[in-house]
Amino acid sequence: MPARLNVPKEVKRGAVVPVRIAILHPMETGFRYDVDGRSIPKNVIHTLTCKFNGDIIFRADMGSGMAANPSVQFYFVAERSGELLFEWSDDVGQRGSERATLTVTE
Amino acid sequence: MNINFARRLFSALLLGTVARCWPWLLATGSATAHAADDAVNPDPFPQLARAITGGAPIRSGRVFIDTPRLADNGHSVPITVNVESAMTAQDFVRRITLVSESNPRPLIATFHLTPKSGRAEITTRIRLNKTQRVMALAELSDGTFWSSRAEVIVTESACLDAD
Repeated sequence: MPARLNVPKEVKRGAVVPVRIAILHPMETGFRYDVDGRSIPKNVIHTLTCKFNGDIIFRADMGSGMAANPSVQFYFVAERSGELLFEWSDDVGQRGSERATLTVTE
Repeated sequence: MNINFARRLFSALLLGTVARCWPWLLATGSATAHAADDAVNPDPFPQLARAITGGAPIRSGRVFIDTPRLADNGHSVPITVNVESAMTAQDFVRRITLVSESNPRPLIATFHLTPKSGRAEITTRIRLNKTQRVMALAELSDGTFWSSRAEVIVTESACLDAD
């Protein structure tokens, strides 16, 4: 599952940093039918976590009410340089992850 | 003579009925209409958000929703939720939940924040199956729940079979 991250490369210490992620995923609701009339099973990314240097800074529990190709923006305070690690998994057990490094300047 | 009498009687009866109904008509026109509506359709959100609140009271305020008034496509409605909070270790927003009034699954998503979030704000895109209200519910670190609602007019439902 490809994803696009939008994180500034360099920020000032203590700045509130916007972080945005968009993941390519159909977010099937389970209410749709295919051309042969068979129900398409529900398959959504139910959990998305973001860790910074190993600490969880954000988590989203999502349902079928999220639009396809879910995109989420949130904020966090950068006190030191480090790595942002996004991890997510969907209803059929597929997992994905994406990383970004963030450099904190004085 | 006979027909005239019948006409007068009819008019008198009609007038009498209108006169008797008049206060009732006035009353139902405004205030009681709302009361009756509330009795038939009580506020659905506390019940819909019960899984999150556990029945705790939901106060209105401190939460701000930014979403288009008219979303011509329910498949993808942008929404930003901002909560008034200092975001310190003692006082922060624990989670923000989006609740839909009439989607088949009312709980859209829950976003867990920490004091390190710095700003209690999230932006995302949601699905809406028809014109409805959306509630943003914030749980603060002290355990209180705050909320705000926004009505979104949807001209194309997210629940029609696409492609």
